Amino acid sequence: MDKKVLIIGGGPAGIETAYSLALQDVKVVMIEKDANVCGNIQNWEKLFPDFKDAEEVRKILSQKLNHPNIEVITNTEIKNLYPQGNLWFAKNDDERIFEANAALLATGFEVFDAKRKEELGYGIYDNVITSADFEKMYKSRKILTAEGRVPQRIAFLNCVGSRDEKVGNHYCSRVCCINAVKQAIEFKELVPDAKAYCFYMDMRMAGQFYEELYRKSQEKYGVTYIRGRTSEAAVTRDNRIQIKAEDTLSALPMKMTVDLLVLMVGIEASAGTTLLSEQNDVLGLYGFAKPLGLYSEDNMTTKPGLFLAGTCKRPLTLPETLADARSAATDIIKYLKTTK
Amino acid sequence: MNTIKKHFWNEYQKEIANDNYYYERSCIRQSFFPGSETAFLKILRDELGKKIIDDQHQHTCTGIGYHSDIVQFDTTMTICARLFSLMSDNELKNFVPSCVTSFGVFTEVVETWNQFPEELEKTRKFLREATGREFKIPENIAHPSDIIYKYRKELKQKMKYQLVNHKTGKPLRVVEHTGCHYGKIFSHHAVGGAEFPQVLAGMIEEWGGEVIDYPERRHCCGFGFRQYLVMANRGYSVANTKKKFESMEEYKPDFVLTNCPGCTMFMDRWQYTIAEMEGKTYDDNGMGIPVLTYEELAGLLLGYNPWDLGLQVHQVQSESLLDKIGIAYDPADKFIGKSGKFIGIPEKPEILKVDYDG
Repeated sequence: MDKKVLIIGGGPAGIETAYSLALQDVKVVMIEKDANVCGNIQNWEKLFPDFKDAEEVRKILSQKLNHPNIEVITNTEIKNLYPQGNLWFAKNDDERIFEANAALLATGFEVFDAKRKEELGYGIYDNVITSADFEKMYKSRKILTAEGRVPQRIAFLNCVGSRDEKVGNHYCSRVCCINAVKQAIEFKELVPDAKAYCFYMDMRMAGQFYEELYRKSQEKYGVTYIRGRTSEAAVTRDNRIQIKAEDTLSALPMKMTVDLLVLMVGIEASAGTTLLSEQNDVLGLYGFAKPLGLYSEDNMTTKPGLFLAGTCKRPLTLPETLADARSAATDIIKYLKTTK
Repeated sequence: MNTIKKHFWNEYQKEIANDNYYYERSCIRQSFFPGSETAFLKILRDELGKKIIDDQHQHTCTGIGYHSDIVQFDTTMTICARLFSLMSDNELKNFVPSCVTSFGVFTEVVETWNQFPEELEKTRKFLREATGREFKIPENIAHPSDIIYKYRKELKQKMKYQLVNHKTGKPLRVVEHTGCHYGKIFSHHAVGGAEFPQVLAGMIEEWGGEVIDYPERRHCCGFGFRQYLVMANRGYSVANTKKKFESMEEYKPDFVLTNCPGCTMFMDRWQYTIAEMEGKTYDDNGMGIPVLTYEELAGLLLGYNPWDLGLQVHQVQSESLLDKIGIAYDPADKFIGKSGKFIGIPEKPEILKVDYDG
């Protein structure tokens, strides 16, 4: 097919769509703002719920980009995306113009900036980290406090930046609950004698094998789950973290001191997602891109030739993102076949 | 001591008017801490050369009634509007409420009018019908602690003393406690925001002291309106104060600095109550930890007579602190009032010690 598609974003959604299109003889130009492709999974070590090595997934995805129909351009941030006639154009800061018959937004998500929840002390207290920081530490299989000690008590706090009216995010990020279960198990495997607590509003274990892992974390690893949201973190004299919460099952306020507090940061629309959606009148709630419809039109937009895939639309897990990307490719091919 | 790695407070700055202020007094501070408001006016006029009007026609902001659910918000807005009309009578645009609760009420009222213009029109109608008066919304609302914070460097130049132990040369260790209604209603109206307000910490650091960051720094002082105003809840009030003092105890603070009438009152007075209930004080020598207002502190460092500042009416007596700083005072003057008459000596408590005779 003598048609070209512009894919903005080189994360899992962008790569999977590019590969699916390439297999159908469509030329693809994939533009990534960073130096490397694979997006946010570059920062993850193991994936839930099966503890698959994220590196394996990255390798598989990266190999797909070797297809001769795919051109990958990195270190290029698209600042302007617009249609003209039946063509789509994208421009970066240097006014370099890319042209194609269709465009796909695969601009993904950013993790919530935990500094916005000032009361939880991220960026202020040394021993408050995020789930993304935990993942970086876990690469070396060493979870340590800022002082280099092995934590004897660790707390994971869910819904940081999700389901939170104060920060303007009413939605659930969908991945944090199961990620907390995964990270609590990883920690307990490293430090079996330590205590691990997980504070939650609801444990949303909707994915396949999630519930089983949640049970296993309690039965095999002894992770303690406390239904309540932490209201405040403060530092003690020995640089530990004092947290306050309400145990809503026993209706009692509680105070606990831990060596390390892990904030399970949620998913937010990336800056690129919001910018390019706004330019094309497809901006939805919370800065995400808005699909034409929720059912069979989930990869389409109100703009002919502009398609969406992955977490630029809403929080999705990695398998959901990959499936969504293949679905986007189907819609794009349908469009290319019916348009001059 | 742990230090705050990143100074989030820098992100929260506010506009504080330079001069020409209308002062709105607190309904309770003159009873609790009778020298504080007078000291503030003296500092602004005599030390900083500012114009500030202390108006005899003013009245309550309704704050305590409003937060106790016995005054409706419509009434509160109308009463605040009358106070703004008094400011307009004095051809002033910068409103300075003495009390942190009042500051919260005024900012809430103005924010309501900004968000809901129909409420502003309703208030104008109510005030016109009730009093025949008109009003203008202040161009600037600042708490007096904002103004002292703004001019903390200028005041330092005039100070006779620093927050330093004059015998050891070490900085005094200070617990700061900012009133909830200063920053927790609208964080952008607070220097430093709601979580790490800088308004008092900035004074302490500028004047030579060291701020203590202790686990319960942001916990309630114990006032909390419903905890105290409803008699059956007063146990909660004492329990909260106790929690704070237990948390700060190991850091051995030299004193506590506050900017809210309720915080000053309860962190001071409840030390006596806790001493009577549990036989416990939170300093090494059984004298309690002095609790000062920022006006009292500024006045002390400027060299004002501690008894003119009203320190003798505090529950926890301040001589230990005065001695640390090296402030001269005359014990014989302590209970001689401004009129020159003897004002009487309070009874000595048994557990929370005091060092006056009586």
